[in-house]
Amino acid sequence: MSNDVVLSMKDISKTFPGVKALQHVDFTLRKGEIHALMGENGAGKSTLIKVLTGVHSLDGGEIRIAGSDAPIINKSPQDAQSHGISTVYQEVNLCPNLSVAENLFIGREPRKLGFIDWHTMNKKSTELLKSLDIDARATDKLEECSLAKQQMIAIARAVDMKCQVLILDEPTSSLDDEEVEKLFVLMRRLRKEGVGIIFVTHFLEQVYAVCDRITVLRNGTLVGEYPVKELPRVELVAKMMGKNFDDLADIKGDHKALEKFEPVIEAEQVGRKGSIKPFDFVVNKGEVVGLTGLLGSGRSELVRAIYGADKPDTGKIKVNGKEVKINSPLDAMKQGMAYLPEDRKKDGILADLSVRENIIIALQAKRGMFHPMSRKEMEEAADKYIDMLQIKTASRETPIKSLSGGNQQKVIIGRWLLTNPDYLILDEPTRGIDIGTKTEIQKLVLDLADQGMAVTFISSEVEEMLRTCSRMGVLRDGKKVGEISGDQLTQEGVMKAIAGGDSNE
Amino acid sequence: MNKDSIKKITSMRLFLPIVCLIAVLLVNLITTPGFFKISINNGVLYGYIVDVVNRASELVILAVGMTLVTAASGGQDISVGAVMAVAAAVCCQILSGGEVSVTELAAPMALAIIAAILASALCGAFNGFLVAKMNIQPMVATLILYTAGRGIGQLITAGQITYVRVDSYKVFGGYIGKIPVPTPIFLAIIVVIIVNLILKKTALGLYIESVGINGTASRLVGLNSTLIKFLTYVICGVLAGIAGIIASSRIYSADVNNIGLNLEMDAILAVALGGNVLGGGKFSLMGSVIGAYTIQALTTTLYAMNVKADQLPVYKAIVVVIIVTLQSPVFQSFIAKQRAKKAAAAVEGGK
Repeated sequence: MSNDVVLSMKDISKTFPGVKALQHVDFTLRKGEIHALMGENGAGKSTLIKVLTGVHSLDGGEIRIAGSDAPIINKSPQDAQSHGISTVYQEVNLCPNLSVAENLFIGREPRKLGFIDWHTMNKKSTELLKSLDIDARATDKLEECSLAKQQMIAIARAVDMKCQVLILDEPTSSLDDEEVEKLFVLMRRLRKEGVGIIFVTHFLEQVYAVCDRITVLRNGTLVGEYPVKELPRVELVAKMMGKNFDDLADIKGDHKALEKFEPVIEAEQVGRKGSIKPFDFVVNKGEVVGLTGLLGSGRSELVRAIYGADKPDTGKIKVNGKEVKINSPLDAMKQGMAYLPEDRKKDGILADLSVRENIIIALQAKRGMFHPMSRKEMEEAADKYIDMLQIKTASRETPIKSLSGGNQQKVIIGRWLLTNPDYLILDEPTRGIDIGTKTEIQKLVLDLADQGMAVTFISSEVEEMLRTCSRMGVLRDGKKVGEISGDQLTQEGVMKAIAGGDSNE
Repeated sequence: MNKDSIKKITSMRLFLPIVCLIAVLLVNLITTPGFFKISINNGVLYGYIVDVVNRASELVILAVGMTLVTAASGGQDISVGAVMAVAAAVCCQILSGGEVSVTELAAPMALAIIAAILASALCGAFNGFLVAKMNIQPMVATLILYTAGRGIGQLITAGQITYVRVDSYKVFGGYIGKIPVPTPIFLAIIVVIIVNLILKKTALGLYIESVGINGTASRLVGLNSTLIKFLTYVICGVLAGIAGIIASSRIYSADVNNIGLNLEMDAILAVALGGNVLGGGKFSLMGSVIGAYTIQALTTTLYAMNVKADQLPVYKAIVVVIIVTLQSPVFQSFIAKQRAKKAAAAVEGGK
């Protein structure tokens, strides 16, 4: 092993019953580099990380780490930690009800006569936080810190445990841009100190912002290792997908412009105290209207109020010109609405149920308890959408939880298409989904609109919205502050609208 | 081919519950050779096995209700034993017309039974309201009737044991005419069939599973989570009422202090033995039913082995620990790992 290599994984293979998750994969991490691990969902990124951290045992190959002559074998994350490999996950797994200092030293508290030495612990914590420039107090409760800070504290804990290899698994998914930037500052700092960082993410721009090297996996095999500078973005995407990549921007080309405006949904001064201030909102037949704004600006709250997920306390809603009362999601569904929620895991999937049951559940609920669908009907419906949306599943009876994120999302989309809605609400349908599926979903949205469906599309990725939407509502601080369309629909126009500043808000 | 079919059988949901039942029965084959003997004495079936199936009837009925409650709300109804007593008290009190002991019915049988079932449905509705609408933890919500239920029964019977020494009332816990099979066996089978039909012929089964797995997601696809949870508690109450009438008919009286005593725990155990997750979600009614028969078989087995009644719980506990461990996710994943290792070795070897 050459001197600057801290971790080398050679010829790693891992088989799950029926699936070869990893086949002869090599991975090398050097001292003081940030190394992106890229691949579509199901490419084997998570498996590789889990093999490395001892969550899974490896079937073949060897892992070597600097400072140890023999190959190491990690049987558990604790083992991995003792070898200097630490992981920080997307969901911070610290204890929210303990203090920052307690979280930093949990399991290795400094002791005096057998009792925890609080003074030393707090002092050491303060030093550690200061040295990494993390703006938190040792005595604060962890839950009082923002998610970004919690993430940094998790990193600080890992760093203090003398880690040589730091794995960051999707750390930026729930952070806003400013927080991401702070995290990057911390990452660069650690790089300077010689820590090797493995960075797993879906965000291409973040890879180019902070990484030195990229390893690409596809279908459990190694595609290659590249310095960031030598791999342009389009090529990276092509390598991840394994095919030449048509320009994404073109998908909007054949989408028809609206000829006449037939409002499907009209909301007048609909609002809900504490979540969204009264707003007006119209969606026409065959139109894709986007909602944009920062995380927490009220995008989801707006659509949830229309759908009856959170019952609005003011205003009225018209569907196809007729005023309707919507007290619950079922009422909205009966009016032809469909809602794909933002948080797929929490609000979308029924994890233990099969793909078939997950697809038919909305239609079944709409029909009512005493009109059950026959087995044959269900199977036909499930097969139709598995086929149409190209859902990758072992069978229609496979539990949805064993599908990859993108395929789960397709199942949920199928669930709603089956109810044949007039108005489809998609709240972050592409979050955490590989780029191939993302494009498929975007194309699907435009196709549906062409067939006359009214769609509301919410996404944190502005580019994606520009590709699909013909009009956008802009939200800020729980209020709809305007709409943009036509010439304003550019990256810059949207940013300007989100940022505001020209008015007296 | 053999390997595949073995794997298919062992991965079936009912595999372990059935194995447990067979294991308990096998022990009997060795220790009590007469266990499986069935004879006809005085025109009725007689034997240990008949006794097991007969005595298990109330437990089977309770386990069915408990399964639904568990699946939908991820918690258990611990008041079912007390609700049994309430139903028995209402039934006997109406039949006796307030007397302590009668030899003739004071009111029509149908009236008494309907009133008893209504009373138990009301108890179920009370539990359901607390759990589904007020969002109280099931164990805490049903604790109220668990403690108060028998007191309510005492109030109804004015603190005495009401006897209904009428042959037509003894039918539910005894025999119908000259049929040699005890009535409770039929009643249990009928309840299982009816509930199964309701679950299969309406979408209720799917709704219950959905709500139990993910309440918020279920609401967003248009299910009324509150109503569905509420319904399962009402059904559970009604079934407890039916079990209560059977239990009281066996002793042709309403012994409020003893009817269904500690039976709620056996019912919960039956659900667990049936391979159902006590945290809710997917469920198997047949698993619980098999679980209920297993528990009764175990009890009877121990009696047959001359274990004293007051030592019974110790032995029962040991067996239960073994059975529950066999079905625990930790143990199962251990087995799965062992299997995967073997499979992987086979794959490598095949290259």
